[in-house]
Amino acid sequence: MISPRNSLILLLVVAVLTLALCPLIGMKWIPLSTILHADSSVMDANIFWKIRVPRVLTAFLAGSALAVSGMVFQAMFRNPLATPFTLGVSSGASLGAALSVTLGLGFSLFGVSATSILAFVGSSVSILLVYGLTRLRQGFSTATMLLSGVAVSFFFSSLILFLQYSAELYNSFRMLRWVMGGLGTVGYDSLLSIFPFVATGVLLLAYVTHELNLLVLGDDIAMSRGVDVRKTKRLLFFVTSLMVGSVVAVCGPIGFIGMMVPHICRLLGGHDHRYLIPASLLFGGTFLTICDTFARTVLSPAELPVGVITAFLGGPFFVALLLTSKERR
Amino acid sequence: MTASIFSIRDLSVQLGNADILHSVSVEVGEGACTAIIGPNGAGKTTLLKCLNRILTPASGTLELRGKPLGTYTQKDIARQVAYVPQVSTTSFEFTVYDFVMLGRYPHLSPFTAVSKEDKDAVLYALTLTNLLPFQDRCMTTLSGGERQAVFIAAALAQGGSVLLMDEPTTYLDYKHQIEVLALIKRLHREENMTLVLVTHDVNHAVAVSNHVVGLVEGRVCFDGTPETLLDGDTLDTVFDTPFQRVPCAGQTLPLVIPGDPA
Repeated sequence: MISPRNSLILLLVVAVLTLALCPLIGMKWIPLSTILHADSSVMDANIFWKIRVPRVLTAFLAGSALAVSGMVFQAMFRNPLATPFTLGVSSGASLGAALSVTLGLGFSLFGVSATSILAFVGSSVSILLVYGLTRLRQGFSTATMLLSGVAVSFFFSSLILFLQYSAELYNSFRMLRWVMGGLGTVGYDSLLSIFPFVATGVLLLAYVTHELNLLVLGDDIAMSRGVDVRKTKRLLFFVTSLMVGSVVAVCGPIGFIGMMVPHICRLLGGHDHRYLIPASLLFGGTFLTICDTFARTVLSPAELPVGVITAFLGGPFFVALLLTSKERR
Repeated sequence: MTASIFSIRDLSVQLGNADILHSVSVEVGEGACTAIIGPNGAGKTTLLKCLNRILTPASGTLELRGKPLGTYTQKDIARQVAYVPQVSTTSFEFTVYDFVMLGRYPHLSPFTAVSKEDKDAVLYALTLTNLLPFQDRCMTTLSGGERQAVFIAAALAQGGSVLLMDEPTTYLDYKHQIEVLALIKRLHREENMTLVLVTHDVNHAVAVSNHVVGLVEGRVCFDGTPETLLDGDTLDTVFDTPFQRVPCAGQTLPLVIPGDPA
């Protein structure tokens, strides 16, 4: 483990390099001289500014949001497997998208497609359901919440399977493709639709850094130190879930980042959330940007769903880190 | 008569569908060292957790310095009352210094750096608990006894004058038990703190406290001094078991050993 400060410097340098280089990489390498060309009619400059830059920025923002949300849920539930995805957000969003495909909805609102809107509604409904189920039982306890999330997730997944099974072949493929997650159709609109949620979320998380450190120690200790545990958990639950909901609505359910990135950041520089929040933001953003660059270049001109890449690269990396870590678990 | 820190009247607590405490009434005076004793399942920890609102009672009144506990915010309570949980086997990946600094939470504001006052409070707590040489060590590398001292230090760093301790010596070896008991005595006598500790070790309770509350099945069955506790068969009633009294050199009160003479 290196010092948190050095870890952050390292992650920042890698993030800046990733953001600078990834838009240049694609089916065709775009040289710097072309980008700086003032003539907007040059095709490569157009591809760079109108397609690759918004895609890279959206990937970075989405990766940051997914990673930091996973970090919050792991702290809140004191469980390494807790992420908004395990709590039903992704299955809720996927059900929304599947419904939109089944119903053949073609409208868009402020440039956001019906599928994205329904996906957002789906993720919000799953959050409210999990929260409602938890409220039925006294105490807002970790176990109740995790079990409610898993129950909601399974229920929605069975509905998605039903919709897929009963859909026509083309629609069934569209649903399957959406569930794999991808950044193929994003532009500045997508970037702007995620940004307010992520920016507000990150600011609020920075506000409750001390509370996050104390929640890791357990509810009793957090309360005895003066944390209003119930209020803080409610705030964290909704803020991060809406942040993830906005990302999932645009990019589909890109899994694994929320679970893996915070763990790697902890192994790199420790468990203090003053370090962990910026580290997860930087690493999550960098990781998804690199994965997406792979996704759009490895089988070029065809594209792989980025969710496949995140799991493919992330899984073995995560296992290797766990096995080689010298820390006492 | 000293002023009351805690006034507990007719307190009843339910956890799930189970009634844990029934009409408990106790006064804890300022500067007292109160030991709550009783057999397993008597409601000792539940009563302790009500004192800083980790648990909320179903009925009854609970006042902190004459004001209902419900009128305080959780931070207000934490500035006055600190809590040391049972020795935890869970390890936290914080350095000792950072962990003790977390005790300053009720005094910290978001987006602001720790002040000199916070740093001084942490150093004071580390000094009192003899943890200064350990301050850069990771919590995961500490023994159970050292970890217990860190939890006490974090509670002291909170800066309050009331300390609640749940089974502070359970699971510790003899050396660490003696160290923790000596620290409790020091906090009470030299630092003038009010202490409420839960224990089922009567000898420890008698050694450090000047006020004992005995709980049986969620009801108060004894409320008095350690001397009165050892008189007659009160102790035998509390634990539903006979005790022998063994005089101990240098101590006014005898040691107690559970069981009939062989």
